[in-house]
Amino acid sequence: MKRLFFLFFIFFKIGLFTLGGGYAMLPLIEAEIVTKRGWINKKEFLDLTAMAQAAPGILAVNMAVFCGYKLCGFWGSVASALGAALPSFGIILAIALFFHNFRQNPTAARIFAGIRPAVVALIAVPVFTLWRSAGLSWKSAWVPALCALAVWKGRFSPAYIVLLAGLGGWLFCRREGQ
Amino acid sequence: MIYWQIFKTFFKIGLFNFGGGYPMISFIQNEVVFKHAWLSNAEFTDIVAVSQMTPGPVGINMATYTGYAASGDVWGSVAATAAVCLPSFVIMILITRYFLTHRQNASLQAAFTGLRPAIIGLIAAAALVLCDGENFVDWKSAAIFAVSFFLLFRLKLGPVKLILLAGAAGWLLY
Repeated sequence: MKRLFFLFFIFFKIGLFTLGGGYAMLPLIEAEIVTKRGWINKKEFLDLTAMAQAAPGILAVNMAVFCGYKLCGFWGSVASALGAALPSFGIILAIALFFHNFRQNPTAARIFAGIRPAVVALIAVPVFTLWRSAGLSWKSAWVPALCALAVWKGRFSPAYIVLLAGLGGWLFCRREGQ
Repeated sequence: MIYWQIFKTFFKIGLFNFGGGYPMISFIQNEVVFKHAWLSNAEFTDIVAVSQMTPGPVGINMATYTGYAASGDVWGSVAATAAVCLPSFVIMILITRYFLTHRQNASLQAAFTGLRPAIIGLIAAAALVLCDGENFVDWKSAAIFAVSFFLLFRLKLGPVKLILLAGAAGWLLY
């Protein structure tokens, strides 16, 4: 019971203070669970982090679920996932309640007219940084280009793209392997 | 029933989203702006901005806000947030329980050789969809975009600082 409360509290703290999503949380989770308390050893933590990144969904929730499950089983994962999600939920809800109508305010409209193009840049930049870190060659550029075109112009659901790309990668590697 | 619609939509997003917050923008956009038309492109862009600036996982932030905006009340947020977490929950428990030994699973690695470039494409699509007349009203918007791109890409500015700067620029320019 004490551990359940601890798990909730640790992930609540992590959810409340990290900006920028799952990747920013990884070192914090490691510091709390591995370094400070030694509940999970380093190697297992790294293995599970790799799985949490490969699994679908929200990375922070994936991490919370596995840490909670490792330590206290099902209820541990419930406690940690709730802890990770609640701060965001509360803060955003408060913002949505007050701000959603505030958008029509003339000053807010001016501020957001400046923010919108910056958000587009914020989404465009990871395309290039991920391209670099994935080490994609120009020869394989058709894959992201085709996927982007299908979703942008063809309005295909990204879910199909993910299924097809996963299957395609698997078939390609099998053929290469033979 | 709007809540059931929201729940189904976000469950699907939670189940198929790979690679974190940025590809999730493309998923939510496809469902919420194109398919259900719950939000306009500009409203959605504002939600992305708010989600990046507030603490916590960006995926939860976007789900909570989009759920609220789509239904107009708190229950839409509850439905969206619960639904987007549920697949993670089930999948991660199964993985922690059964699949730990298959860590360097060859098929999974193989699937990811295809997924990685596709995810880059999804993020690009999200950015391209947002390049419309609602977000780019004049040359000033284009200038803000260009400067933001430079600050992020070359000078590695953080998203919160960027949004604050862009907000100040908007206030001064418009």
